Order: sequence, then structure tokens, then C-alpha cells
Amino acid sequence: MGALSIQGIHKTYNETTHILKGIDLEIEAGEFLILVGPSGCGKSTLLSMIAGLDHPTEGRILIGDRDVTHLPSKDRDIAMVFQSYALYPNMTVAQNIAFGLEIRKVPKAEREAAVQRVAAMLQIGHLLDRKPGQLSGGQRQRVAMGRALARDPKLFLFDEPLSNLDAKLRVEMRAEIKQLHQRTKTTTVYVTHDQVEAMTLGDRIAVMKDGWVQQFGTPAEIYNRPANRFVAEFIGSPAMNMVSVRRQDGGVSAHGLALALNDAQRQAVQAHGSDELVYGLRPESLAFATQGLPGTLSMIEPTGPETYATVDTPAGKLTARVPGVLDAQVGEAVHLQWDADQAHLFDQHSGKRVN
Amino acid sequence: MNRLNLHRLLLWAVLLLFAAWFLAPLYVMLVTSLKDAEQVRNGHLLSLPTAPTLASWGKAWDSACTGIECRGLQPYFWNSVLMVVPAVLISTLLGSLNGYVLSKWKFRGSETLFALMLFGVFMPMQVVLLPMSQVLGWLGIASSIWGLMLVHIVAGLPSTTLFFRNYYVGLPDELIKAAQLDGAGFWLIFRRIVLPLSVPILVVTLIWQFTAIWNDFLYGVVFSGADSKPITVGLNNMTNTSSSVKEYNVDMAAALIAALPTLLVYVVAGKYFVRGLTAGAVKG
Repeated sequence: MGALSIQGIHKTYNETTHILKGIDLEIEAGEFLILVGPSGCGKSTLLSMIAGLDHPTEGRILIGDRDVTHLPSKDRDIAMVFQSYALYPNMTVAQNIAFGLEIRKVPKAEREAAVQRVAAMLQIGHLLDRKPGQLSGGQRQRVAMGRALARDPKLFLFDEPLSNLDAKLRVEMRAEIKQLHQRTKTTTVYVTHDQVEAMTLGDRIAVMKDGWVQQFGTPAEIYNRPANRFVAEFIGSPAMNMVSVRRQDGGVSAHGLALALNDAQRQAVQAHGSDELVYGLRPESLAFATQGLPGTLSMIEPTGPETYATVDTPAGKLTARVPGVLDAQVGEAVHLQWDADQAHLFDQHSGKRVN
Repeated sequence: MNRLNLHRLLLWAVLLLFAAWFLAPLYVMLVTSLKDAEQVRNGHLLSLPTAPTLASWGKAWDSACTGIECRGLQPYFWNSVLMVVPAVLISTLLGSLNGYVLSKWKFRGSETLFALMLFGVFMPMQVVLLPMSQVLGWLGIASSIWGLMLVHIVAGLPSTTLFFRNYYVGLPDELIKAAQLDGAGFWLIFRRIVLPLSVPILVVTLIWQFTAIWNDFLYGVVFSGADSKPITVGLNNMTNTSSSVKEYNVDMAAALIAALPTLLVYVVAGKYFVRGLTAGAVKG
């Protein structure tokens, strides 16, 4: 029995709008689950249901071995950090942190001890007497986490907590959330649309789209063996290169140009039911060489530690990600090479993984 | 530089002219109320009182005749206070609760309910006179302070609800959700989070309701009984009671007494009024 299990969740509004179409997920105690997907995929609705702020049309939600599907939020032993922080503007930081304990009739001394413990953990001791309006974005974020931590809940929920922060602070807070989780080992569900957050924080990732879970797995599984074309393109930056290919002579080719396959891939392609496929390559799988797929450099984007190079080839536009600085000029003729083991094959129409 | 000064001068002149124009009636009322009967008879509306006296104020307060009785405005004033204070507090509190429900605890049909309530804001007061007197009769509180109070509470609800609802729409929903997760329920969230954040709109609504109810004449004249008439009705009766000489100084003093509470409220809380009307969502 997992710490959180979501079983056959459906959500329908007005009997016409199908937001969630049958979600099944289960995680163990202490795991960090990421719900990631584009806006409108249903991830926030699912989180609201775990929080008890929304209710499924069908299905069950269990926390530990307790069915909480129809329990009100306050009886679920959960805490949540909201995108807008949702700190109570009329209370000081200390009062914000202690509010949940106060309502649960925790004695004053214990409340104060909890505030001190949380303040020390998040280094917000000097802010306790301030009102939220006097805090910066990062400080508010910390206080919001403190409020959630104070109750020592069974389940921690985060709803896009970093999307209101600037880029630098977002990276810092991301690291802090990770450290916090490593220290407290509280089971966590974290909603984001940012694939970097998903990869860096998650023990398990559920990639969602259109009310379905597209793939549920560890970050490595999601990245190395995306279950379909959507997951492959959604996770990873720059996005995976996708080349439309046809089955030909037992292999695959784009515009008559045969692309490399290993034996296993060759067998999978031959066994596949359709001639039209998509050949996917991560930018870091591509390397410049003296021979291979010929093309012309059309754009160079240096980021410092690595460079993104866009190459026009007979198979289409491909982006390569090479370490360091690329010593080349736009317009130069180049050759791209890759290892067939790195290729991903998807069905052109269903998008499902073939190999 | 010169052009700029000329512009400034012109601006000031126009503003001062307008200010004088609007303040002139107040000035006339004030100086007339301080003159004695002799000086009032002499005319000269704008002249300062030669021997300022508060005699007319005293007379207007407790001995001027309002019909056959001659006890001044005093009884009417206390009637108004007795009726206005609870009516303002109750209509404001109910409006705040309505607004809280209509913005943060929406239910099937709550938008329709709100739209229907808005009708009340634009409905002419005269329309409700007959049905309302019927209802007051049924309740057995016709021609009493209680009846008048009820009328004002009910008549005030659409606008107080509108004020609070629109203000609360600006409060983030996540605030309510966070409080729910913290374990708070409907009333606790209202008392501990929503109400403390409502100060600007509370002040606006209190001033609005106080001014509207204190200054009301129509409901006051229709629904009050012999001993529950509000100050506006008293003032009307006083100025319409004919005697040989029209006592303008007493009338002016009486009108000022009737206007004083609303003026006072506005002076004390006016800056909150403007601030509250223009305040957006609560940031935090």
C-alpha cells in the first residue's frame, strides 16, 4: 500500500467537459511526485482533489490506507504551498505559520516551539514579526513553506510554487525545496509546467496531457525512454529532434536517405504495423564529424558551457547540443553523426513509442 | 516661466471661484443661523452677524414648534440616532456576509441571485412603498422605529452586498483555500481573515449607509408613526409650521443640526472613503 494512491479518477464538468479521464498513480512514503504538463492538462485539478478543494466525479484517493475521497481538507492531514503563496496579509509571519496549529487547538507553548523550529529550518527567524506585504517574493515563498511545514503533515502539496519568482531565485528555491525534502522525507506532490523542475526534483514524474497520464516513471525512464512523441518533445531542452521517416528496405529513411538503426530497432520497425514513423534524436546525441549526414549550419546559439547549433540537412532541421564553444561559421557545410542506440522511434499517427 | 505663472494663476482663480460657489450656501446658512431676528429682517444675506448668538441653535434644538408640539428637533434627532445606528450596522454586516458568500462560496444559482439583487440598487424607492407598508402591517411593526429600521436594512442590502461582493472578488481565492487547509471553516475564515481585510470597504459602506439612511425623507415620512419620526421629517415639519414671522435663523440652525452628523462622519472618515473607493485587491 503506497503513501498516496489515486485510483481511476475522472472529473467531468457539466457532463460535457472531461477534465480528467481516468488517472491511476501510486507513490511510496517519502517519495517526491511531480505532476507536469502543459496548461489545461488537468494537473492542477488533480492536485485540488488530493487537497480536498475539489471532488472527483469517479474514482478514489487514498492517503496511507485511509480513503479520503470525500473527506474535507482539514481532516486529510495535508499542507499546501500555493502559487500566489496565499499568506494571510493581516497576520504577521509568526501568526501565519501558527494559524493552522491555533485552529487545531494546539497549546500556545507548542505553537511557539513549532514556529521557532520552522523559522530556524528556513532561516526566517528575523522576519517573524513582519507582515507578508513587507516581504520579498523569495521570503514569502519561504514563509509559505514554513506554514506548511509547521503542522508536520503526512502529505505536502505544491502548486507551481516557483512560477512567480525571477529566474535566479527560482533556481535557488528549487534547490532549497530539494534539500528540505531530503531532510524531512515528507511525501510530496508537486505540480509544475516546467520540465526542468520536474527532472531536478522528482523521484517519480507523471507527464500529463488532455486529462491523461502520458507516462509515469522515474526522471531517467521519462528522459531515456519516453513513452510517446508528446513526452519526448515535452521533456528536454532544446526539444528532441523529430524526423518524419518511411519504412524502406527493412530500415527507415527520410527523403530517400537511410537513417541508422541498431538490430533491436530494425526488428521493432519490421514488426510495426505502419510505414510512417518518426525518428527522434536528442540534441546531445548529435555530434559534428568529418562524415555522416551532410548539412549547412544555419544558426549558432552559445550558452557558455555548451552551444546549440541548428543544421539544415536533407532530413530536415536538426539541433545539436555540443559542449563548449563551436568553432564554426553560419553557412558552413558540416556533417552530423550519432549512435543508432540513441535514436527513438515513434509511430507517426498514434505517437506511441515503437522501439 | 511667465506663461506658466499665468496658467497657475488662472487655474487657481477658477478653482477658488468654484469653491466659493459651492460653499456660498453653507456660508449663508451659518451666518444666518448666528444672527438675531432683527438682523435677519434687515436682509443683507451675505453680511456677517453683528452680534453673534447661538439663540437660534438653542431654539431649533429644544423649543421650536413642529406642528402643534414645540420641543424642537431634539426628539426627532434621537429617533434618527436610534434608528440609523442599528440599521447601518446590520445592513453593513449582512452586506459583508452576502458579499463573502457570493464571491467565495459560490453555489448553483448564486450569480443569478446576485444579478437579481442588483435590481434592488436601481429600483426607485417609491415602488416598494405600498408592498412594504403591507408587510410591516403583517409583522405588526408599522409606524414604529423598528419598522423604519427594517425598511432601511432591507433597502440597503443590495448596495452593501454589491460593495462587498465586488471588493471580495479581488481577494485571492487561494487565501480561502489556504485557510481551509489550515482547518478553518466558513465562519472562522470570515472572522479571522476576510473581515480584517475589509477595513477600507467597511468604512466606505458605513459612510454610504449612514448618509443614505440619515438623509432619507421618503421612507421616514411614509413609515414612521407620531413618535418615531426621523430628523428629516422633523426639519420639514418645523420649516412648514406657519407663524406670523418666518424665523430664517432658526430654520437655518435646524438644517445645520440635521446635516451635522453626516458632515462629521465624512470629515472624520472621508479620506478612508476615497481610499476605499479606489483601493484594488489586497496585495500580500
